[in-house]
Amino acid sequence: MSTNLTDRGSTRPRGATDDHPLARTILIALGACFIVLFLVLPLVTVFAQALKNGVAAAMDSIVEPDALSAIKLTVIAAGIAVPLNVAFGLSASWAISKFDFRGKSFLITLIDLPFSVSPVVSGLVYVLIFGMQGWFGPYLREHDIKIIFALPGIVLATMFVTFPFVARELIPLMTDQGRDEEEAATSLGASGWKTFRRVTLPNVKWALLYGVLLCNARAMGEFGAVSVVSGHIRGQTNTMPLHIEVLYNDYQFVAAFAVASLLALLALVTLAVKSFLEWHYADEIAAIHKH
Amino acid sequence: MSLVVESIAKRFDRFPALKGVSFSAPKGCFLALLGPSGSGKTTLLRILGGLEFAEAGRVKFEDIDWLSLPARDRRAGFVFQQYALFRHMTIAKNIAFGLEVRGRRHRPTRAEIARRVEELLSLVQLEGLGKRYPSQLSGGQRQRVALARALAIEPRMLLLDEPFGALDAKVRKELRHWLRHIHDKTGITTVFVTHDQEEAMELADLVAILNQGSIEQIGTPADIRRAPASEFVADFIDSNAQVRPDPVVAIFEPRSARG
Ligand SMILES: Nc1ncnc2c1ncn2[C@@H]1O[C@H](COP(=O)(O)OP(=O)(O)O)[C@@H](O)[C@H]1O
Ligand SMILES: [Mg+2]
Repeated sequence: MSTNLTDRGSTRPRGATDDHPLARTILIALGACFIVLFLVLPLVTVFAQALKNGVAAAMDSIVEPDALSAIKLTVIAAGIAVPLNVAFGLSASWAISKFDFRGKSFLITLIDLPFSVSPVVSGLVYVLIFGMQGWFGPYLREHDIKIIFALPGIVLATMFVTFPFVARELIPLMTDQGRDEEEAATSLGASGWKTFRRVTLPNVKWALLYGVLLCNARAMGEFGAVSVVSGHIRGQTNTMPLHIEVLYNDYQFVAAFAVASLLALLALVTLAVKSFLEWHYADEIAAIHKH
Repeated sequence: MSLVVESIAKRFDRFPALKGVSFSAPKGCFLALLGPSGSGKTTLLRILGGLEFAEAGRVKFEDIDWLSLPARDRRAGFVFQQYALFRHMTIAKNIAFGLEVRGRRHRPTRAEIARRVEELLSLVQLEGLGKRYPSQLSGGQRQRVALARALAIEPRMLLLDEPFGALDAKVRKELRHWLRHIHDKTGITTVFVTHDQEEAMELADLVAILNQGSIEQIGTPADIRRAPASEFVADFIDSNAQVRPDPVVAIFEPRSARG
């Protein structure tokens, strides 16, 4: 039936919200141009540059010790930062969406802070607090704890920058769902923990998963804040983005793009996984949102 | 008297939603809380269910200090106006929820739970729909699931907040009779909130009329109709009747409160 309608589209009276056909074509063309120019082309360039001297050359620059160390550090930092952010993001969203308390809108604004502050500034703040000359500097030195120019600093900076991703996915959805189901669960005898695990969490699992994917992609790709706190020690405190910059500044373009293509690949995989889940669980997702 | 409510008061940001409500009802009674929108019906019901906390007053139920029990220990089956079914669970899982979250020692076996679910599905006339999701049911069917879910925990008290408020008139009437039937079968003390005087008068053994956070009158439907305690009550049960001139009200026979 729908094909019939489009075939005879010109004879069909135009609906109030239908745009002029020409306007529609122009808008679509503009959108497509923009996407190709700013999103697809750079992505293709990354892979093209990486493979300029062949697959072997690209592989060599990835398995080289400094690159491997950067990859390992990135995975470890994200592996710590993402789960912690999931825990904090879940608790913050839970508190904001299910309870009324004073200062709630302030807390919501605060969660967005990492998005509005330049990552470099947040990195500097951590240096100011935990650096050798910083507030806790003397204490940390005395107890031989290294935060800045070490893994803890990198994890902290990554967490700060990626904090909003989980909370931002969850707050609107959880607010929208209200607390009816939690109240029902309580009146049926469920404890707080059981209510959370059996009612709240399943209701937000897709949004949560999406938040985790985004958070992870950003955590692995974070440059600014990590750059300030890492100290750029090759083979020790360089993460992948930092390693890429070092290579690029050394005019090792193929190597730089080879490592960069790993990050680009991560982005593509993230999108693919998300699309797959949305497609595979379409019915279940619709059931959660419709109701 | 099995349910005794004494001077319950509740404010929201200084706004008095309940101003010292007192009444009592016998065991197994079907009590309707009737009143216009904003009169405090939901607040009172939620206090009975443990979902809201009273500032002052006491509630005794079957000789238990009811308000000192946390909501999850009251075994008060609560039915919400917007159903509040667990959207990601099948109907069967929804009904089984209250049994499955029990501590290991009190939890029935899986077979026993399945049997209970089947029993309840047939009680609410939804046999064969156990595998569906709430979003695949009509409003009337959802509310019946919600009732089955509340009944699954063998509640000591059944609390219903305008359960048929979102349904069309025909379904409402059907469910009304069916609810009364289920009440008579189970004998559970029931508090039913509504702003529809016809619904209250037809269903309940006792009707409590709320206005601006206070009880105007409590009595059997026949008593209230014969002798309204205030102008508000007379107006309220009258104005509604004019909107819906239904002979059912006139030929209704008072039911005596049992217990
Ligand atoms: N959570 C709340 N916060 C503030 N005011 C509330 C809240 N719940 C109810 N109220 C107010 O209390 C009064 C009684 O509400 P409610 O018990 O829902 O009335 P009813 O169910 O009879 O319509 C209303 O004026 C309502 O605005
Ligand atoms: Mg109400």
